Amino acid sequence: MKILVCISHVPDTTTKITFTNDNTQFNTAGVQYIVNPYDELALSKAIELCEGGKGTVTVVNVGDSSTDPTIRKALAIGADDAVRINAVPRDAYFTAFQIAEYAKTTDFDVILTGRESIDYNGAQVAAMVGEFLDIPSISIIKKLDFDGSSAVLEREIEGGKEVVNVSGKFVASCAEGVAEPKIPNMRGIMSARSKPLVVVEAAPVDEVAKIVQFETPPARGAVKLIPAEDAASLIGLLHTEAKVI
Amino acid sequence: MSVLVYVEQVEGKFKKSVFEAVSYAKAIADQTGTNLTAVSIGQIEEGQLKELGQYGASKVLNVEAGELKNFVNQAYAAVIAEAAQKESAEVIVLSNSFSGKGLAPRVAVKLKAGLVDGAVELPKIDNGSFQVKKTAFSGKAFAVTQLTSAVKVIALNPNAFGVKDTPVSIEVESFSPAVQSKDLAAVIKEIVRATDKVSLPDAEIVVSGGRGLKGPENWGMVEELAGLLGAATACSKPVSDADWRPHSEHVGQTGIAISPNLYIAIGISGAIQHLAGVSSSKVIVVINKDPEAPFFKVADYGIVGDAFEVVPQLIEALKKHQA
Ligand SMILES: Cc1cc2nc3c(=O)[nH]c(=O)nc-3n(C[C@H](O)[C@H](O)[C@H](O)COP(=O)(O)OP(=O)(O)OC[C@H]3O[C@@H](n4cnc5c(N)ncnc54)[C@H](O)[C@@H]3O)c2cc1C
Ligand SMILES: Nc1ncnc2c1ncn2[C@@H]1O[C@H](COP(=O)(O)O)[C@@H](O)[C@H]1O
Repeated sequence: MKILVCISHVPDTTTKITFTNDNTQFNTAGVQYIVNPYDELALSKAIELCEGGKGTVTVVNVGDSSTDPTIRKALAIGADDAVRINAVPRDAYFTAFQIAEYAKTTDFDVILTGRESIDYNGAQVAAMVGEFLDIPSISIIKKLDFDGSSAVLEREIEGGKEVVNVSGKFVASCAEGVAEPKIPNMRGIMSARSKPLVVVEAAPVDEVAKIVQFETPPARGAVKLIPAEDAASLIGLLHTEAKVI
Repeated sequence: MSVLVYVEQVEGKFKKSVFEAVSYAKAIADQTGTNLTAVSIGQIEEGQLKELGQYGASKVLNVEAGELKNFVNQAYAAVIAEAAQKESAEVIVLSNSFSGKGLAPRVAVKLKAGLVDGAVELPKIDNGSFQVKKTAFSGKAFAVTQLTSAVKVIALNPNAFGVKDTPVSIEVESFSPAVQSKDLAAVIKEIVRATDKVSLPDAEIVVSGGRGLKGPENWGMVEELAGLLGAATACSKPVSDADWRPHSEHVGQTGIAISPNLYIAIGISGAIQHLAGVSSSKVIVVINKDPEAPFFKVADYGIVGDAFEVVPQLIEALKKHQA
């Protein structure tokens, strides 16, 4: 089987988010980039499914050459090869279109993505890729069994789960529970350097959305401390002052 | 021209987030001087559908086809896109629920529309420009997105807009879209839903526990407090990683992002990744024995103390308050 795993290149989770140019651009100064944590789960699952020569895992990224170290990290974790679609991702529509166009040129069985990218948090790409390819997409899965032709997935729903069966090609976006994240070992890191990373050009697509301004949340006022022995008075404050209970 | 809202039902009922989406869509219809149509898919009583008039929907397209009984995003997206075309809808509103997240992107692609996921405010519409604010960077920031396509899709975050009464008279129209079998290739085998619990993404009050609670056996008091408050329970990432609690309760940058009216954090330090997912809560209460815990910097109310002494006091006080 052949699995495509979509990898996005995102700021490390400890990044303090700031903006430049009148809050129109994300300030990349000093920012460390990582493989989007959910994409690590998707990748780990793909590697698990292909273990023992059962298939190959190709990671796909839409990005410019600055994402190459992130792609190498995915190769170090255990992907077989990588494709970078050379463009700065404009938005999910653009990104998903590029991934779908690339997928059409391959004989993939499954496309796995992360649940959402932790920068723009769209949770859009997987379902858009599914629609561009006109195949099923299952968003936010926490379990996946796949034998190469049919799959059983568990999808998260409010207060529970849904079990879904799919046969044929599909896209799924992965959340926690799908797999334990794999950590690159020394052999992986060494071999990552020589694994193929192919660069392909992006296809033109109409613009449908663009971010025009960022805002940071307003600062909160000082905390009102309540002595531990008087904890009970919190209930009154939440009722009369904060009016939330 | 019109505004279309998809009203997601769960077992024949609408949740509050649906009324929020209808209220929000009605406000957009008013902004643009047009009417609001709702589209409902699956079996539901007519009385329930008519309730949507209370929040401003003047028509509801009712799709009852048996094969659409269960949610399949591919087929539902086709239905919503067909309804949008039939109604000449320029704006389509959905709830940013788990199902909404699988659905809205497909609707957007079908209609070549720009999509704002996780909208937190009404659009600003002005001289042909259409801008919507959404959360980004896991709640560490907001992004104002301009939709430049002719048709626009907005997925509204739960608890962001509120429910607004704007009663209008409503007609129910049955709608039979073409359903293609290829759109039903994903087959639902089983749905498991805990109906006795408040679901975390929708909850107005959330009681959350961290590693400070020492072990899963100590969650009884968290659940009791949540039960009294009608709240959902949540946890920090190490707690779900250690299987003290299910992953579905994990909030934060790599978990669920929530914005309840009240978030009570017990024995949670307030790491940047945790705060990312909860800091847009309206009121934050922190209970932690360490006065230096970073969580106090973003809290509205704080109690420096041992959770095992403080929480039982809160439970007693709450019982008295409610009596
Ligand atoms: C890539 C990445 C992503 C992450 N994503 C998330 C995420 O989405 N969500 C998340 O939560 N974390 C996330 N984390 C982890 C995060 O960095 C912290 O490690 C985590 O939030 C800490 O959890 P905690 O506060 O429960 O535990 P701790 O940091 O161990 O804090 C426990 C707290 O309990 C207090 N305490 C102890 N005993 C008591 C008592 N008896 N009474 C009262 N208070 C007590 C202590 O003072 C302490 O402040 C992520 C980390 C990484 C690297
Ligand atoms: N630039 C990108 N290149 C490849 N995959 C991406 C890119 N952006 C997002 N994805 C994938 O789509 C998922 C959801 O992203 P999003 O819709 O942006 O929240 C991510 O977890 C990735 O798997």
